[in-house]
Amino acid sequence: MSTKRNTFRHRTLPYLLIAPQLVVTLVFFMWPAAQAVIQSFQQEDAFGLSTTWVGFQNYQALFADPDYLNALKVTVVFTLGVTAMSLGLALLLALAVDRMVKSATVYTTLLVWPYAVAPAVSGVMWWFMFNPTIGIFPYLLRMVGYDWNHGLHGTDAMILVVLAASWNQISYNFLFFVAGLQSIPASLREAAAIDGAGPAKRFWTITLPLLSPTTFFLLVVNFVYAMFNTFATIHATTQGGPAGSTNILVYKVFNDGFIGLNLGSSSAQSVVLLFIVIALTVVQFAWVERRVQY
Amino acid sequence: MVENRRFLNILAHLVLILGVAFVAFPVYIALIASTHGQNDFLSGVIPLLPGHDTIRNYSAMMTQGLASSGAPPLWLMLGNSLIMALSISIGKIAISIISAFAIVYFRFPGRMIAFWLIFVTLMLPVEVRILPTYKVVAELGMLNTYAGLTVPLIASATATFLFRQVFLTIPEELMEAARIDGAGPMKFFWDILLPLSRTNIAALFVILFIYGWNQYLWPLLVTTGTDHYTIVLGIKRMADIADQQPEWNFIMSTVVLAMVPPVLVVIFMQRLFVKGLIETEK
Repeated sequence: MSTKRNTFRHRTLPYLLIAPQLVVTLVFFMWPAAQAVIQSFQQEDAFGLSTTWVGFQNYQALFADPDYLNALKVTVVFTLGVTAMSLGLALLLALAVDRMVKSATVYTTLLVWPYAVAPAVSGVMWWFMFNPTIGIFPYLLRMVGYDWNHGLHGTDAMILVVLAASWNQISYNFLFFVAGLQSIPASLREAAAIDGAGPAKRFWTITLPLLSPTTFFLLVVNFVYAMFNTFATIHATTQGGPAGSTNILVYKVFNDGFIGLNLGSSSAQSVVLLFIVIALTVVQFAWVERRVQY
Repeated sequence: MVENRRFLNILAHLVLILGVAFVAFPVYIALIASTHGQNDFLSGVIPLLPGHDTIRNYSAMMTQGLASSGAPPLWLMLGNSLIMALSISIGKIAISIISAFAIVYFRFPGRMIAFWLIFVTLMLPVEVRILPTYKVVAELGMLNTYAGLTVPLIASATATFLFRQVFLTIPEELMEAARIDGAGPMKFFWDILLPLSRTNIAALFVILFIYGWNQYLWPLLVTTGTDHYTIVLGIKRMADIADQQPEWNFIMSTVVLAMVPPVLVVIFMQRLFVKGLIETEK
């Protein structure tokens, strides 16, 4: 790992400098994570008086539990929905801004601020707009004969949380797509235009392939966002309901551990999530390494 | 833009206007709702034009809060959010910049281990260790304290990497010159490194302020009494009354006030915000 050719010589100072970060890391990150791993192999009795070592039983129970399998399925649908919607809209908007000469900065300012709105806040706003009795969208939907009720219909609830979660993420994706588009040399597109390629052809054969590093990076970031940072969206709106139809994995961990107080199962779920984060981080960093090389 | 096509230009403007409408509409609805009285939400459809109760709603929320759902006055929750956002952003920057300084400018036994320990925190978001972290905080007696709200969140691998990257681009000669002139490590840090990383610190601060202000899961776990509620958490408590119509006018005025500070930060510091966002993802 790189450092400076010359370094300061001091016996205690570097340790003092790095100590605060390490203390917080060890006490609030490493120790609890280790606890979660250990507890995932243990079972606590009903009164919390004794714990017994049960091996992989918590994991076996987890993957035999229809609620957990449902949560896995819901998470996949939710993650794909949020990623597709926020990436698709952001790419469309970035392509449009890329054509603008004078108004690009104005449009950018108008499009980036939702990043600053808390997921819980945007959740409550969408919850309000879709309120089955007084909301504006159910009112419009009733006119075309659709009875919207996210309190009863699982699909409606899923659409609601996907909309709320995507709304927050569009500005982030938009900024990275704009940066990606600007880094594509104009000469390539001009050359293609001289050779007679129209805008659509240029998009598919030049812009989209050259944008693929950005797209891939955003794909990973959006997976992480949808799987881990949307707890607030779910908790502030549907709370996993109706009947578990929006019960994503992070919400289930919280619910089983904190509300249901099922320590063993919650820890096993934490460990599964931990492996997902590790996998996504490794993919992300492998990509960064590759990008640096060319 | 390669060639000028009128149709495509119009289409692009149309897409952008629809996009702006899509992001602005929920906020417009919230703003409008916060100007109406309670009775406007009992039946029909939510109002789309401003009402007359703006001052009444906001002043009631600021001074009294919503007693029926146990929400304290808003100025208290806004203050808590501000304390949390500032302590998290300043804390993260402070401990990250000194650990990056140690990693880049010193060679000491255990340096690699320390680096990897910090790196691993990237893979341990609160969501995967909810219960055990809560227990640690509870055992340290930090529930319902500002320390409990902020300290467990201030470790930061991203910020440490960012500063490490910045320091690595600073020319060797600066440090050599400083040493020849007799400056010790801390003097070099204060007088050369810190001024040189000023814009990076500012950009990171913008991102971290938003991060801290918008925290949800952690305050939800750590606060049990209302005196440490943050505003983002308070909204949820208000909307959460089981057998009663939520008081939408009050909830939406809280929503507006919870959005204003971080949104203003993004709008007025847009350049730093974009810089911070792109740098922290390197």
